[in-house]
Amino acid sequence: MSSPATLTPAPEALPTVKLDRLPLLLLPVLALIALPLVGSFSTWVTLTFAGLAMGMIIFIIASGLTLVFGLMDVLNFGHGVFITLGAFLATSVLGRMTGWTESESLLRNLLAVVPAMLAAMTVAGLVGFTFERLIIRPVYGQPLKQIMITMGGMIVGVELIKVIWGAQAIPLPLPTAFRGSLLFGEAAVEKYRIIAVVVGLFVFAAMFWVLSRTKVGLLIRAGVHDREMVESLGYRIGRLFIGVFVAGSALAGLGGVMWGMYQQTITPEMGGQINVLLFIVIIIGGLGSVGGCFIGALLVGLVSNYAGFMAPKVALFSNILLMVIVLLWRPQGLYPVVKR
Amino acid sequence: MSFHGLFSGDFPRSRVLLVLLVAILAGLALTPFAFPGAKALNVAAKICIFIVLVSSFDLLLGYTGIVSFAHTMFFGIGAYGVAIALTHLGPTWTAVGLGVLAALVLSLILSLVIGLFSLRVKAMFYAMITLAVATAFQTLASQLSEITGGEDGLTFKVPELLSPGFSLSDKPFLGVSLDGRLISFYLLLTVTVVLFLLMLRIVNSPFGRVLQAIRENAFRAEALGYRTVVYRTWSNVLSAGFATLAGALLALWLRYNGPDTSLSFEIMIDILLMVVIGGMGTLYGSVVGVTLFVIVQNYLQDLMKFASTATASVPLLRDLVHPDRWLLWLGILFILSVYRFPTGIVGKLRAKALRPS
Repeated sequence: MSSPATLTPAPEALPTVKLDRLPLLLLPVLALIALPLVGSFSTWVTLTFAGLAMGMIIFIIASGLTLVFGLMDVLNFGHGVFITLGAFLATSVLGRMTGWTESESLLRNLLAVVPAMLAAMTVAGLVGFTFERLIIRPVYGQPLKQIMITMGGMIVGVELIKVIWGAQAIPLPLPTAFRGSLLFGEAAVEKYRIIAVVVGLFVFAAMFWVLSRTKVGLLIRAGVHDREMVESLGYRIGRLFIGVFVAGSALAGLGGVMWGMYQQTITPEMGGQINVLLFIVIIIGGLGSVGGCFIGALLVGLVSNYAGFMAPKVALFSNILLMVIVLLWRPQGLYPVVKR
Repeated sequence: MSFHGLFSGDFPRSRVLLVLLVAILAGLALTPFAFPGAKALNVAAKICIFIVLVSSFDLLLGYTGIVSFAHTMFFGIGAYGVAIALTHLGPTWTAVGLGVLAALVLSLILSLVIGLFSLRVKAMFYAMITLAVATAFQTLASQLSEITGGEDGLTFKVPELLSPGFSLSDKPFLGVSLDGRLISFYLLLTVTVVLFLLMLRIVNSPFGRVLQAIRENAFRAEALGYRTVVYRTWSNVLSAGFATLAGALLALWLRYNGPDTSLSFEIMIDILLMVVIGGMGTLYGSVVGVTLFVIVQNYLQDLMKFASTATASVPLLRDLVHPDRWLLWLGILFILSVYRFPTGIVGKLRAKALRPS
């Protein structure tokens, strides 16, 4: 704690929290270090874009997870189910619109993909609502049970997805206009990666705006900081929490669509596999911090792409190594949430 | 030796449970004679191996209240230890001994390091860290293909006494040929019983009581003067050690080991389901949970096949009872157990026995 408030003269304005810029520097520094190691500039541009695209998608998925944890201490081990659900819904929606996805026009492609994304978000949100009521609500404040029950929810969810869509892998081809790459000088950048970066930035901007400029966002931030105080001021943190949970699930659904198109094949197990990556990201970022989650996701994306190019064997462990290094520097993650 | 000493004073305390346990033990011991065929013997062996594995997990989850997702890692280390030693040193008992010893040392070091680094923090954090470490280890095992055989795994010969070709006598005994498989099975059963009683001893010792105190209220245990970090780490190390031994048994029984048989995350999920359904915080729960789970896993599918053909005309229902969806029903049972009877089957039975009827 800083010096007691009674001793300092009343400040004229509320003291602004100094922004911790150090973690922000990590991204450019990492990219600059990688440049001489990669060697060629055009390859570096390609890799950087690939890393950013992957990071953006991971951020979309992980942001809900970290907020839910920050607000209610609930860590949803079943978060992966919403990713899988989103991806499979997208195959169902896009499968019915093959005429539009195979058309050359970007507009028609978008008219097919946007409804698929919206459908995935809506259904994932609704399922998230049910999941929260049925599975998580009865075990608030019991971490051990929470871990087990969300794990159980994940098992049942994956099995139900298999009941509906079957257990085998399904292709999720990119719409025609999203395929291929653009050339910047000598560097080839896949079109879909640019789209992923744009969508990711949009989600980040929207989330940033909601959290910093609206009353709901203020309450969420305050809730993450000190839940009891917000409750004692008369706000129902429970409702806020459901809202955040549903939004988080919907974003996971959206991320699932994007991840599925990124991989181009989807399996019922994909959500479980990506779960580990999500945990690494939110631990790196600091549990509960959206900004940390954003930087963590981009770091993970960049590192795995650079490492995948330079030393494919190391790439399999690059994320764990990254997490260990970050935790050695800041044991609570990049942006520690103060209350714990 | 009195019964009291043998069971460390921790009796089943429920007549139904006692009958159940005796039935399980008798069933296991008589499997080669009562249920001929390779499948039944494999199911019985799997039950034995998992009793050790799940009991060791219960030591951690049920008694100390720590959720770890790295338990299969130690299971895999044990299996790989034996597999690698037997592949490179040939089928001798020395190789088995060396393999088990090396695996135990590696497990103990790893569990100590993980424990010291991350047991100070919250349960959630520990669960996440172990999940990440276990995933990395699985990748490592499948990448180091010169040593571990990669995705294909290792197939190896076991010491002659245990190999199927070995025969104790030419004449079959009670219609069962006395070959190496039979000897392996009874060796496995004996080791299982010994290890189980040893774990029963541990959890009923003063040390075990401290673990339970930590589970109930870590803060209070600390206030009473127990270094909770030290006890948690010990619990972690012990449970890793027993899991390693279970892995060694698995490798000896299968004469094969690969990433999918000992390291996969599905096994971790299975262990979790077995512990919770059987009953956390009592080792008898592991026995009941394992037996129920393995039997369901191997025989429920037949039942579901029947149900599936019976409902072939009803679209959704047909898929719900499809034989491949057996995990769905166990998953639902798992969720219900966590809510409705967190002490599992054994807890229910014991509570029933206490209630005056």
